[in-house]
Amino acid sequence: MTVEEILFYAMSTVLVAAAVAVITVRNPVHAALALVLAFFATAFHWVMLEAEFLGILLVLVYVGAVMVLFLFVVMMLDINIARMREGFARFLPVGLVVAVGMMGLMAMVVGAGVFRIPGPERAAADHSNTAALGHLLYTEYVYPFEIAAVILLVAIIAAIALTLRRRPGTLHLDPGRQARVRRNERVRMVKMHSEKQ
Amino acid sequence: MIPLSHYLVLGAILFALSVTGIFLNRKNLIILLMCVELMLLAVNMNFVAFSHYLGDLVGQVFVFFILTVAAAEAAIGLAILVLVFRNRETINVQDLDEMKG
Repeated sequence: MTVEEILFYAMSTVLVAAAVAVITVRNPVHAALALVLAFFATAFHWVMLEAEFLGILLVLVYVGAVMVLFLFVVMMLDINIARMREGFARFLPVGLVVAVGMMGLMAMVVGAGVFRIPGPERAAADHSNTAALGHLLYTEYVYPFEIAAVILLVAIIAAIALTLRRRPGTLHLDPGRQARVRRNERVRMVKMHSEKQ
Repeated sequence: MIPLSHYLVLGAILFALSVTGIFLNRKNLIILLMCVELMLLAVNMNFVAFSHYLGDLVGQVFVFFILTVAAAEAAIGLAILVLVFRNRETINVQDLDEMKG
């Protein structure tokens, strides 16, 4: 067994164990942390497959942003965990049947001889995956790239618009009205005789 | 040298596990969202493996776009989740029956 194979099997074990933990643990916070572990193991696999840029992207964007968002929401909501587990034992047999059946069918297809091709030679040490990906992304795929940017913008606006809440009765100032104010809305000039001692 | 089929089987295991997760955690909307993320991860694993073994970088470009769309999906999904919890005080899927679907 080469070092590469040992690393592959070790990281695959970690990945599958983390995935099992995601779907079985009781506490959603633990599920989110197990998913973080799964992302790390996947990033390792991708770096082994010479997709360094995507591996780092997965750690930075998924572990750093998306999973933190998940954890934030899980901790913010006050969930009754006991009620959430109802039906777990009831759906376990059918879930297992579906998992094993699907797994067996897919393994029969992708484990077949057609896909047993050996890997290409490792790239040279000065080969930059990021540069190659950037070349492709900014020339041939620049239009989809810009559409992706628009999708992200739409996601930002949608998330803000969905969760924005206007509460009547809170004491806040409207800067627009403050700027538009006229003198005679605030000061009343009064004519009166001066007082004499 | 690890053959391509090993990575494909790993992706298949991940995908089957996440489908099982959707069966098991029918109640908890957050875990369902996490299972969808895991499913996308399995698909991305296949894309990266094919990209490496066939020597075609386009597979990685595709993974890049999938990651972008998945991040947007997670953000909007969690926003909807927060909104559901604020209005209904629950994220149990079976309690969300207002539309009588």
